Amino acid sequence: MVEFALPKNSRIRTGKTWPKPEGAKNVRKFLIYRWTPDDGQNPRVDTYFVDMDTCGPMVLDALIKIKNEIDPTLTFRRSCREGICGSCAMNIDGGNHLACIYGLDEIKGDVKIYPLPHMDVVRDLVPDLTHFYAQHASIMPWLETKTNAPAKEWRQSIEDRKKLDGLYECVMCASCSASCPSYWWNSERYLGPAALLHAYRWIIDSRDEATGERLDDLEDPFKLYRCHTIMNCAQTCPKGLNPAKAIAEIKKKMVQRTI
Amino acid sequence: MRYQTDRARVEGLGSAKQGTGHFWEQRISAIALLFLVPLFVFPFAYNLGDGYEAVRAAYAHPVNAIIAIAFFLTAFLHLFQGVQVVVEDYVHGRAGMVIIIATRLLCTLFALVGVYAVIRISLGA
Repeated sequence: MVEFALPKNSRIRTGKTWPKPEGAKNVRKFLIYRWTPDDGQNPRVDTYFVDMDTCGPMVLDALIKIKNEIDPTLTFRRSCREGICGSCAMNIDGGNHLACIYGLDEIKGDVKIYPLPHMDVVRDLVPDLTHFYAQHASIMPWLETKTNAPAKEWRQSIEDRKKLDGLYECVMCASCSASCPSYWWNSERYLGPAALLHAYRWIIDSRDEATGERLDDLEDPFKLYRCHTIMNCAQTCPKGLNPAKAIAEIKKKMVQRTI
Repeated sequence: MRYQTDRARVEGLGSAKQGTGHFWEQRISAIALLFLVPLFVFPFAYNLGDGYEAVRAAYAHPVNAIIAIAFFLTAFLHLFQGVQVVVEDYVHGRAGMVIIIATRLLCTLFALVGVYAVIRISLGA
């Protein structure tokens, strides 16, 4: 259901302002969302000051520097630091980005960092993605075949392989789904842009033999047709992909098999 | 505390195996309305305020009458389908179902009233 205001226990308060680094000349202000399930308190926004002369160029560099040098309790996910693991998706400067490949020079003024919007928070900048992953699993993200497996490999032409470009690159960071108003209001039933992009990646795969079943499973007013081509997904995707287009292609296939 | 797994929650009641008809009809009716709206509005506005006889004469012409009937049927179908999508987005549970049923009944009523009015004026005494 649509909620116009945050629940009482989710209203964000002003938190602690941490001391500025001594002797630093080039200091930047970071406003970071903090919440822990342990103390029963409301979320708060802490203020940190980072010496930019000794900080790397990306948002993740600053977060790691804060954790190492200012506040070791600051919690966030990160792994590969090069945009391939999809762990560090968060809301930076009002948009969903991967902290590791989002440059601090792209942000004007103070740097505001929140967890992905409209997701349950585990702690600080860590969202709960279990439902999101279960939705991905539900679209059968694997090659489904009925013919006996060939001795060597399932073959695919260069042209057919090209159809997977712009789809296979998705790293499941959840930036798109967490930016989608349809997903905010209906995430229980709407699969969301990420899962649907993956669904299309297998629908369009020339080697897959379950296209009809895949379309059957998706044909639903909520699973698929909650997408109203708002395009936030394409706007925010850190990998430059276009889930909205993939969803439109699924809808085209749906119509194609009825007329 | 719910012991249901995340996967079970995602699967829910399974796919409704429908929705494409609704989606496609809404697009077709949108294209139809692109033509029907001006074709209905111009003769309607042209005769506005000219009295019953002038309007009757205009709608006695089968083209005008059929366009007006097509307009009412298409517009109220499109209206219902549009409202249904908005309600499904924002209002969940029983309230949503009540609004959708009410909208459907009202839109059907309005379409029938429109069609009846056109027939009456067109063939009227």
